[in-house]
Parts: sequence; C-alpha cells; structure tokens
Amino acid sequence: MGYASPPGVWDGGRRVLDTAPILSVEGLTVALPKGADRSLAVDNVSLELRRGEILCIVGESGSGKSALSGAIMGAPAPGLKVVGGSVRLQETELTGLSERAWRRIRGNRIAMIFQEPMAALNPVMPVGQQIMEVFELHATMSPAERRERALNLIRSMQLPDPERILRSYPHQLSGGQCQRVIIAMALAMNPEVLIADEPTTALDVTTQAQVLELIRELRTIQGHAILFITHDFGVVAEIADRIAVMRNGRIVEIGEARQVLTQPRHDYTRELIAAVPSLAPPSGDASVSAATGSEKKTVLAVTALAKDYGRVRAVNEITFDLERGTTLAVVGESGCGKSSLARLIVRLTEPTSGRVEVNGKCFLTLEGSERRASCRAVQMIFQDPFGSLNPLRTAGATIARAAMLAGVDRRSARALASELFDRVGLPREGLDRRPSAFSGGQKQRIGIARALAMNPDVLIADESLSALDASSQAQILDLLRKLQKELGLAILMITHDLRVAAQISHRIAVMQAGRIVEIGPAGRVINSPEHPYTRELLHSAPGRGLV
Amino acid sequence: MSVRYAWLRALARPTAAIGALVVGGWLVVAVLSHALAPFDPLHSMVPLMTPGAHGPGGTVFWLGTDALGRDVLSRLIYGARTVVVVATAATLTAYALGIVTGLLAGYFRGHVDIALSFITNVVLSFPVLVLYIVIIVALGASAANVVLAVTFGSAPAIFRIVRAITIDLRSRDFIAAAITQGESTWRILLVEILPNASGALVVDFCLRLGYSAITMGVLGFLGLGLPPPTPDWGGMVNEGRTMAFAFPHLVLFPCLAISSLVLGLSLLADGLRQPAGRVGRG
Repeated sequence: MGYASPPGVWDGGRRVLDTAPILSVEGLTVALPKGADRSLAVDNVSLELRRGEILCIVGESGSGKSALSGAIMGAPAPGLKVVGGSVRLQETELTGLSERAWRRIRGNRIAMIFQEPMAALNPVMPVGQQIMEVFELHATMSPAERRERALNLIRSMQLPDPERILRSYPHQLSGGQCQRVIIAMALAMNPEVLIADEPTTALDVTTQAQVLELIRELRTIQGHAILFITHDFGVVAEIADRIAVMRNGRIVEIGEARQVLTQPRHDYTRELIAAVPSLAPPSGDASVSAATGSEKKTVLAVTALAKDYGRVRAVNEITFDLERGTTLAVVGESGCGKSSLARLIVRLTEPTSGRVEVNGKCFLTLEGSERRASCRAVQMIFQDPFGSLNPLRTAGATIARAAMLAGVDRRSARALASELFDRVGLPREGLDRRPSAFSGGQKQRIGIARALAMNPDVLIADESLSALDASSQAQILDLLRKLQKELGLAILMITHDLRVAAQISHRIAVMQAGRIVEIGPAGRVINSPEHPYTRELLHSAPGRGLV
Repeated sequence: MSVRYAWLRALARPTAAIGALVVGGWLVVAVLSHALAPFDPLHSMVPLMTPGAHGPGGTVFWLGTDALGRDVLSRLIYGARTVVVVATAATLTAYALGIVTGLLAGYFRGHVDIALSFITNVVLSFPVLVLYIVIIVALGASAANVVLAVTFGSAPAIFRIVRAITIDLRSRDFIAAAITQGESTWRILLVEILPNASGALVVDFCLRLGYSAITMGVLGFLGLGLPPPTPDWGGMVNEGRTMAFAFPHLVLFPCLAISSLVLGLSLLADGLRQPAGRVGRG
C-alpha cells in the first residue's frame, strides 16, 4: 500500500503548519494515588500534534512526561487515573474507549517506541517473527506477504543484511539495531501517530545520532506525527519542530523549537537549557592555572596497564599521569574498557600487567594492612546511586564509617560526617535517614561525601552523572569543580558524554576498544581532534547547535 | 518507612497474627512448664486413664495417662520445653554453619565455592532420614546428637540461600565502595552483606524451625530421639503407637501439638515474607 504522501506538509524544507492536528489533547488531567508528593501527575495539559512534525516533551524525572504519554496511549501506569480532559485522534475521542476498541488503535493508529529496546523485545523469539506478529494482529495477510512486508520494513530502517536480521534473536543484535527493530514494529501498520519515550537514552552517542537521523526521516519523508519524550535538551535541539516543557505535571512553555531554544520565556526553560553542559571547555579559569603553577605534582601514574578476559584484551596498555588539582576525562562508548580501567586502578579487579603508582608508591603490589592503609588516597564515586549505598545504613553512618577507616576516631567521625554533609550541599537532618529517603542526585552527593571522608588525593568518578537529570548533573559538576579548587583533588572522570568531559576536564583521553587513541588538553582535543574516532564522537554529540 | 514498622505491620495481618499467637503460646508453655504442668511428667500414677478421668485426691487427668501411668498433659507441657530448646538450638547451629560457609562461598567464589558447593551437593543427594539414622545410630541418642544431626541435615539448604544472596549483593557498588575504602573482609561479610540478607533469612528461619520440630518428631517416633524418660512429643507418639487403636489419646495429642507448632511457624513465616522481601532492596 505505500505511504500516503502528505500534501503541503513539507514544502522544500519549510514546514507548513496549516494542516489540521492529528492528535489533540485538551485539559488532560491524571491523578496520582493518595500519599504521593503531589495530587496530579498530569495537570490540565493541552497540546496539538500535526502531520509531519516532531513535538518534543521535555522534563526532568517526575515531571509527568511519561504519565502523559501513558494516558494518551490509554494505558496509564498502575495507580494513575485519568480524571479529566480529552484526547482526540482526528475524529475519534480516545478517553473512555473500551479495552476492545483500544486494541484496534494501539499499534495500528498510534504506536509506541520504548526506552529499553532489549526489554521491549521478546528474548526467545526471532525479531522477524515479532514484526510479523503485528501484521497478524492488525491485518489479514498471507504468511509470505507478512514476511515480505517485514523484510521491507527492516530494509527501510537501514539495517545491514535484512535477511539475517529477520532471523536473529534480540541478543544477537546491538542496542541500536534492536531500537531500529522496535521502530520497524511501531511503523508496521503505518500509524498516524508515533510516541517515542526516551528512545535514545540507552544508546551510545554515535548510535543515538543515527537513530535520531532515522526518526527525522520518518517525519520528513513519510509525514508521521511524532511525540518525542526526552529529558535531554541536546537531543531536543537536534530533533524538535516544536517543544513543550513540562514541570510538576504542567506544561510551562510550548512553542516553536527555535523560539524556545533561543528565546525561552519561562525561567524553568532557561534553567534547563543552561544546565546542558556546553561542548566548549571553560576557558582559562583558576584551577587550570593552579595546576600549571608551582604545585605541579603527579599523584597518580598509570603505566602500561592491561587486563585480559580470556583471549580478549579489555584494557590495552593504558599509560597516563594525573596531577594534583587537575581533571582527566576518559571518554568512550560502552564496552571500550573505560570502566574496567577505573576498577583496575582501585584494584576491584586485578590487572594482567602494568603499574599503578599513587603518590610515587606502587599500589598494585601492596597486600593486607599495607594495602588497606594506602587505598585512602584513591576513592571512587560510582555510577548507580541506588546500588552504591548500603540500603540499611543511614547516610551519616556510611560517611562516618569511611572517616573511621581513614583513622579518625568515632566521635570526630560523626562531626566530620555532618561537616561533609554541609560541604556537598545536603541538609543535616538527612544524616539519620536511610538512602531510600534521598533522590538520585542526593544519593550521589552522599557517595561523594563518603569518598571525601577518606581524605583522598584522587577521586575517580565512574559515569557518576549518567543516571542523573540535567539540572542535578550541572549541580554535581559544580560541586566537583568547587571541591577540586578547595581541596586540590585530582579527578579521573570516566564518561561517555563528551559534553560532561568538556565541562570539567583539563585533559581528555579518548578510548576505543581498550586503547587510548588520543589524549591531550581538553580545548585541543575538542577544537582540533586528531584521531578520526574523536571526530566521529564529536560529530555525534547531540545539541551542537544549542550552545 | 523504617524496618521496625514493617515488622509491626506484618503482625497486624491475620495470618502472621495467628501464627505469632500459636508460636508465642507454645513459647510461654515452654518457659512456664514447671508452673503450668499439673503433675511431675516422670511420675507414675494410674496407667492408661482416658482423658478427663479422675485421679487420686480429686485431681483430673485432662488428657489421660500413658501406659506407665504418667500424666499426658504434663508430658506434653514439658515436651514443649524440649522441642523449643532442642529445635531452636539445632536450627541456630545449622544457621551458624550455613551462614558462614554461604558467605565465604558467595563472596570468594573460586575454589572455596567449588569445594563447599560440592560437599553441600553430596549431603543434599542423601535421603535426609537415612543421614539422621546413620548419625544417631553411630553416635547414640542424646539431645546433643539430635542437634548435630539436624544441623548436618539442614545447613546445606541454608548454605545455598546465603550463597545466592551473597553473590547478588557482592556485585553491588556499595560492596565495591567498602573494598576501595579498605574495609576488612570479615566486616564486609558481617556488616555490609549479612544484614541485607536478613529479610529472606528470618522468613526461612521460621519455616526451618518448623522442619526441625518435625524432624525431632520423626526421630522420636523412630526411637532415635531423646532417650526416655525425657518428655518428647515424637517419643510419646512412638510409645503410644502399639495401643493407638484402644487409647487414641496417647498418639492424638502429641501429634496435634507438633502440627500446631509447625503450622504456627509456617503462618508466621508467610506473614513475614512480604515485608521482609522489601528490606534490603532500598
């Protein structure tokens, strides 16, 4: 059947907005269960979505953006209840439809793309069969016809070797390939509306760039109306035609992308845009000069560090120095060995070969009490704020324990804990609370306080920002910068995000397949990258036009 | 929500409340048996009286007397003390062994894990009853040997639970944080890991206490339990077995005692399961 061409929608690169909306939401209100931190998840939200446009809904976690998409799909999350407003898909009123009626709409006229592509696919069924299942549900076709259509869809997703992909199980595909399969499934019935909930959040930057490109093409060439939900203003800048900013269940600002990005009207929008780390490194600030000054002292020296897993060399002859008061960012995509590198340095994993020197002393050969005494100098902040704190222990006890391990007596440790709580910007009454009482960003602050309690010389941050909202990210970056200036900390920042690296580091090392392919001053690496892989990473970073 | 409140709320549920009531009742009986028992459980009076029969001097044998003329109710009450002391001791030692080996195997993996898991599998592949009989016959019937047999029989299952939980917790970052802070291994095991495993273990402990009580009953029935004349529920069933048709009270009451205690413990475990499952998941 082929796609109906949308007349007048795409006019030589200029979008014309005079067509009638395909999806219109009016005064939609969704109630949260009693006892939640507010009474409404979505509060009187109205918006319109037209053919051939991408409307981005931006907001931080808890802003109600996922509750909104769930309500539009007629499947609010457990505990949520649509209490008012209307959702119309062209002439059809969607609120109050029976589950039977919904089944003819979902996947057929409105389709959804999820955040975790691996989790959205059935792991024990070839992906081709999963696509064909959509046709079985919504259309009458012969098996051969279904197969042909599935093959065409895979082909249009720009996946290599479509025949093989069709036969593959999800685990045999990469994250990016799985996400394309999900998109193919969503497009199977050529739906009028596509809802994408954080579709690229789980992907590497280079893969993310490709998937965003694909979604842009769907809009431009095939005229789909796309509701794109994300927390990342960089992604928004890449893809949005219009932007709706959500906070506490309300839309605080909605408008044309260029206007919202360049002349935001609402303070909160400005805050969110300001929180997006810029790719331009901060120029000539005090900490840089401090490092190049008289106190130039190498605190961490890594020489030819390597780790083999079976016959695979995960970390390959890594060598670098880290000086007091400076930050080195190690940037790379998932699986490049950057986290293994961090774990090798603190000896959570024993290396195959190489040397790690802390303050001139070889750390790798120490054993027993000697090892325990010198691990004070290198402390780590972990990726997952939920897993990195003992759930049964209060924040104060966790920090005090770390101080005691560094040789502080019990009473002073308690005092130090409350002092550190101030230092990382947490309210003192939280000292006696367990981790479950804190938000993700606050938990990460507790983790930083715990590391600081050991009075370290080197702080290793392993993807410590990746689980946080943009505004918490910006705050934690500020905190790290401040602590570095005050305490002269050396920071090793492990990250997949070049923007984060550009913000905080004096030097950047780019890792690919276990090797450092390029290392140099942050400004030089970002402004004139030498290695082609660095150039590719830079090119893929979303939101380059934003700042 | 604090952990303490979660336990309290668990007891507000009917299953847990009934379980706690039954178990608590038997505990009180065990502690106060000397005050509650109308007769000396070892003293012979009139043999084979039926329940409710009058004894000498206006006394009543509420549950009758056995073939040697001892008051069944008094033996039942003192039997509660026996079962509570021995079953709890046996379960506690089984837990001590299972927790230590499980923590070590789950934390260190490698050779330690392979060796301990191998031994566990060998023990588990034996029919437990045969194992008990072999141990008691070889070492003689005594309270200490019953404890030993039950420990040997149930520690492997506890080992498996603790090992699995430890492997899971071992991979969490808060353990990595403790390692990078130079925390000693035994403290990581006992302070960081064990409390986070306690939710599941408390539930399992209640169930296993019930199993131990059953095991004691079975051993007593086979004549391998505590040596006579110690009042022991399983032993009472065994002694009354041959006359069970003529004098059902000899067998019926000790059986009811065993099943009520086990049922109480199961209900309690069931009631605790849900809140305990939440503990440690943050």
